[in-house]
Amino acid sequence: MEETKQDIKKPENLVYKKTDLMTDKTLSYCPGCGHGVIHRMAMEVIEEMGLEEETIGIAPVGCSVLAYEFMNVDMQQAAHGRAPALATGIKRVFPEKTVFTYQGDGDLAAIGTAETIHACNRGENITIIFVNNGIYGMTGGQMAPTTLEGMKSSTTPYGRDTKKMGHPLKMTELVATLPGTCYVTRQAVHKAAAVRKTKKAIKKAIEYQKAEKGTSFIEVVSNCSSGWKMTPVQANKWMEENMFPFYPLGDIKKPEK
Amino acid sequence: MEKELRLMKGNEAIAEAAIRAGVDAYYGYPITPQSEVMEYLTEQKPEDRSGMIVLQAESEVASINMIYGAAGAGKRAMTSSSSPGISLMQEGLSYIAGAELPCVLLNVVRGGPGLGTIQPSQADYFQSTKGGGHGDYHLITLAPSSVQEMYDFLKISFELAEKYRNPAMILSDGAIGQMMEKVELDDPVSRRTEEEIINDFPWASTGKKNRERNIITSLELDPAKQEQINLNIQKKYREIEEKEVRFEKVQCDDADYLLVAYGTSARLCQETVKLARDKGIKLGLLRPITLYPFPSKEIATMVNDRVKGVVAVEMSSGQMIEDVKLAVNGKVPAEHYGRFGGMIPSPEKILEFLENQIMGG
Amino acid sequence: MAKVKGDIEVDIEGCKGCEICIDACPVENTIAMSKNVNSKGYHYMELINDTCIGCANCAIVCPDGVITVYKARK
Repeated sequence: MEETKQDIKKPENLVYKKTDLMTDKTLSYCPGCGHGVIHRMAMEVIEEMGLEEETIGIAPVGCSVLAYEFMNVDMQQAAHGRAPALATGIKRVFPEKTVFTYQGDGDLAAIGTAETIHACNRGENITIIFVNNGIYGMTGGQMAPTTLEGMKSSTTPYGRDTKKMGHPLKMTELVATLPGTCYVTRQAVHKAAAVRKTKKAIKKAIEYQKAEKGTSFIEVVSNCSSGWKMTPVQANKWMEENMFPFYPLGDIKKPEK
Repeated sequence: MEKELRLMKGNEAIAEAAIRAGVDAYYGYPITPQSEVMEYLTEQKPEDRSGMIVLQAESEVASINMIYGAAGAGKRAMTSSSSPGISLMQEGLSYIAGAELPCVLLNVVRGGPGLGTIQPSQADYFQSTKGGGHGDYHLITLAPSSVQEMYDFLKISFELAEKYRNPAMILSDGAIGQMMEKVELDDPVSRRTEEEIINDFPWASTGKKNRERNIITSLELDPAKQEQINLNIQKKYREIEEKEVRFEKVQCDDADYLLVAYGTSARLCQETVKLARDKGIKLGLLRPITLYPFPSKEIATMVNDRVKGVVAVEMSSGQMIEDVKLAVNGKVPAEHYGRFGGMIPSPEKILEFLENQIMGG
Repeated sequence: MAKVKGDIEVDIEGCKGCEICIDACPVENTIAMSKNVNSKGYHYMELINDTCIGCANCAIVCPDGVITVYKARK
């Protein structure tokens, strides 16, 4: 017998639903922003691994300052750039807990550079999720350390001139050189396949944390349709054409077996 | 049973106190004149003695934020530094006060401004007692004047910090940090277990087991709610001002004149009191032990009762004098006397100032 | 009538009309933006044909997690 639509919407036919580890609050992000997907993948991993009772997340300053409103686990909100220091402070006294930071590029790669590099260099058993959209979204689209050469922002209205403003910073390649990091990867969330890979990467990162392998570091190259002044779909296309060549996706460092 | 006695530096005494008081973590960064705190701790292998974690951070900015994390998770966390390092911690302290978390800091004050000098000073009074970072907050501030008090105040500071969910500062100086005196030591107490943390600090981010999630934050975008948060914090400060004032009085019962001094200055002023009494001048000393909350009521009472003039003695160009003047409220002359930039006032000069500026005036 | 394989449920109020789901859907003319708007003024996504295969790509890329997906089991 042919199934009708009515018949399909049954619990046994469910293939995808937002995890309960995301709260019901409407996300504060702009339409199409990758933050929502990255939040959800992190929470799906925590849920699937059954770690919600022992997870402590650290929210940054920036667009995702309110991440703690949406991620339904214990959270602490850090000062700008200091999330890896908070995570260190917690993990050292609660080594059995699962601790992750969620940070943007201004937070992690500019004001928090020292905290990031030293937490990674000490090999803190934490997971750092680093969202790179090449711009300061929250304050209105100013230049970030990751802004591409020639890319326009509200403080580089004629494009980033690397002679005057320095070069876009590849934090992920940088932390991969540190012996404290065990797993360093760069992912994206613009396509369903990419989202699935990002989720796998987060899962691996948490597994390495539980195995006390050192710092796991996941960069997610993401969009900023508001800051880039494009529609979300255009922004994803622009990201593929412009961000990915400079910030190529894939694993940069994996633990030795 | 008699207590264990040991000859120790002030900086060592507070480190020993931390291990014995069940502190969970020390996160710090070296700076003169307090580096002995972390040196002593690392030498003592506190991880073996009590399970206490000691970590040298990459900066004072990182160490205070490590404290923020551990305190948010309900752990007893402390740091120590000296003036320039404490300046770097102000951002983190403001967040910790805003998120209403308990922790303890030690400032072994050196002369400033800027890199200044490594010699003792009391020029961080404003920074410690008035907030120091952005926003409306105070640090509960205790001022030790002996090595024994460096030891004792660590535990008291944690108790106050935890009672009021507010950071506490032990405001010492380079002289007390470096000097050696005999110290009576307590028997060690064990650190809180996770169950005790969950029970004592139900707000802590320990993982949401059998409860809704906990959020540690100082952010509230709705101004009406943010004002209410501030009102709640201010209410807490009024309670602290009411209940937690501590001070010591030396020969104050018949005093016509009063010195107000804390820490190293108070030690010098004890000598000044003797010198004055030898000359027939009825001089007393009020030593604030808590600088915030300040013993304003006590000073006001003494001025109303009998005292005819007050000198606030500080190793600064005059900071505590502002609180003294507010307490005196114009009833009698109140003046500042101090040396600064690493210089220490002499008991004779303090007396000379009293005679010339207050009694002779 | 073709056999219906998949179906979706959309939290209309949570949708911000970013259209990333449409880009992610492998079957053309299956989902589209409604002509109507939600209370925040966003056009929201809706199923316009019975061609959904229940692959969940739309839900996976949805930044706001507003799509629930069902797929008929054989």
